[in-house]
Amino acid sequence: MKAAERQFTTISGVPIEPLYGPEAIEGIDLSRDLPPPGEFPYTRGIHLDMYRGKLWTMRQFSGYATPEETNRRYHYLLAQGQTGLSVAFDLPTLMGYDADHPLSEGEVGKCGAAISSLEDMEILFRGIPLGDVTVSMTINSPAAVLWAMYLVVAEQQGVDWQRLSGTLQNDILKEYIAQKEYIFPPRPSMRLVTDTIEFGARHTPRFNPISISGYHIREAGSTAVQELAFTLRDGMEYVDWARERGLAIDDFAPRLSFFFNAHSDFFEEIAKYRAARKIWARAMRDRYGAQSERSMKLRFHAQTAGCSLTWQQPYNNVVRTALQAMAAVLGGAQSLHTNSLDEAYALPGEHAVTLALRTQQVLAYESGVTHTPDPLGGSYFLEKLTLDTEAAANDYIHRIDRMGGMVAAIEAGFPQTEIAAASYRYQREVESGERTIVGVNRFQSDGQPIELLQIDETSARHQRQKLAALRARRDNGQVRKTLDALERAAEGTGNTMPHLLDAVRAYATLGEICDSLRAVFGTYQETAHI
Amino acid sequence: MPHPIRVLVAKPGLDGHDRGAKVIARALRDAGMEVIYTGLRQSPEMIVNAALQEDVQVIGLSILSGAHNAIVPRVLELLREKDMADVRVIVGGIVPDQDAEALKRQGVAAVFQPGASLDAVVSFIRQSVGKHSPG
Repeated sequence: MKAAERQFTTISGVPIEPLYGPEAIEGIDLSRDLPPPGEFPYTRGIHLDMYRGKLWTMRQFSGYATPEETNRRYHYLLAQGQTGLSVAFDLPTLMGYDADHPLSEGEVGKCGAAISSLEDMEILFRGIPLGDVTVSMTINSPAAVLWAMYLVVAEQQGVDWQRLSGTLQNDILKEYIAQKEYIFPPRPSMRLVTDTIEFGARHTPRFNPISISGYHIREAGSTAVQELAFTLRDGMEYVDWARERGLAIDDFAPRLSFFFNAHSDFFEEIAKYRAARKIWARAMRDRYGAQSERSMKLRFHAQTAGCSLTWQQPYNNVVRTALQAMAAVLGGAQSLHTNSLDEAYALPGEHAVTLALRTQQVLAYESGVTHTPDPLGGSYFLEKLTLDTEAAANDYIHRIDRMGGMVAAIEAGFPQTEIAAASYRYQREVESGERTIVGVNRFQSDGQPIELLQIDETSARHQRQKLAALRARRDNGQVRKTLDALERAAEGTGNTMPHLLDAVRAYATLGEICDSLRAVFGTYQETAHI
Repeated sequence: MPHPIRVLVAKPGLDGHDRGAKVIARALRDAGMEVIYTGLRQSPEMIVNAALQEDVQVIGLSILSGAHNAIVPRVLELLREKDMADVRVIVGGIVPDQDAEALKRQGVAAVFQPGASLDAVVSFIRQSVGKHSPG
């Protein structure tokens, strides 16, 4: 095909012009849109000194099998120079089932660490000082319960909650939209999230009670614009609910954090992060009347795109990940996870995860991209892409406003259908060869075997034995009492956190606590659209 | 005109990653098949009952969580119990080579691993059903 006939687009399908020059940025007012980093609307970053002041946090998401084994991996990663922890939980934990529940069969420890009780959480952080290490936890529907366990472990270590720093993912809206690990219907779930935001504003001033996530939306097949728009609109939904609870915007907004995907289209991704900061800053100031700059500054974690990793020629994934990580850094990320080369197959092995961490260290200490903030700022192409991404995301945000907000849009199936259509379009492009995936639909070669992490059923047996012993050992009368109190609190409108803490302290299990909440809130079933 | 092939696309286990299942369901429908998508978190019992009620020739199971060795044999067993062993079971998702071989020995017609093309899935189903269909 001749170049003149071929359509050039970003990976999300946004058309690219043959050349960008001064006319591309005519609409930009330098003082309004592109002031120095650290100034509203923070297009160029949230700090003037950026990575000179402090590098991003290198935070590898990890967890597998038993809490004992995951704890060993954490000690290893910290010894390798990782600067924060990020907990992956297994599917039963994410769905609020204990390891001995029939639905947990075959799933215990497979996708993350199995945590059924406070006892497991104590083991997970054994020898790790929670006052010094920041911890991120990828848990959503039962996030309040796991957070209560974490807070109690901190208490046992003698660490003041005021000093605790870390992040709870706790973003239930993107579960309905994309990842689909939900338990309760949207409205009671939003109430639980609001409970944690309110509790955090009072008791854990340095902890992010939520990480509003576009990562999973993108992994489900959305475009970059959809990822951006749905995530920011989710953020506004949480703000609306917290304000309705009576919280003042500047009392909780500074602790809202974000989590974006770092996908393969280099410039599109950098534009996405820049547009995200702009839209959020303006929404905080103009839509919600925030006064504090800290409320307006969008802070984000990035993870390279798992869905871009290929099963074929897995070593190519190291290169993909390095480029994606560089986009996140040039986009001003506050923390970063780089995927391991073996993750199209399994949870990463120790060798692969070390290489992934080294990738970040090479970027940080050798590439030179950290020396000055937003080094690509002023590029005609990047600035135009930032403007277009912002405008397209705002269109979506306004559409969702008109539908009555994100909960209403989810109930109508709107974001779900938009994402499914985008993912199908993309797959068709791969199928037709319009999009090249190296090693998959072009440049194929025979497989290179790699070593894989295997998780067998030994972990499940170990977890079930521990649970049986715990159920026999604890004061079951106290467990019942705290669960009854929790149910009464859930039926009312007060904050559930104090009751969750009581239940956790009595060693009520995750499954028992979630069953109490299921009894009050009911469960959610989505209508599946194809 | 021959009857269209009927396929049940199912998502067993606790995993919610349904991107692949939905893309496959749509591709099979676009290829002229009648597709029933079960939605998420279906037990083997629910899947086999749906296959019986919908009178499908093919069940497609999408599993990304590593739970295939627990789930797939149970589906095959229930199909045999209900005298539905002629229903072809295909599996898509993250299934390592040695597990894929073991599942095929137990009666799975095909396992499609990441990177498999939509065309390959469509052609396999057409061929496989064409061969066994009483017509």
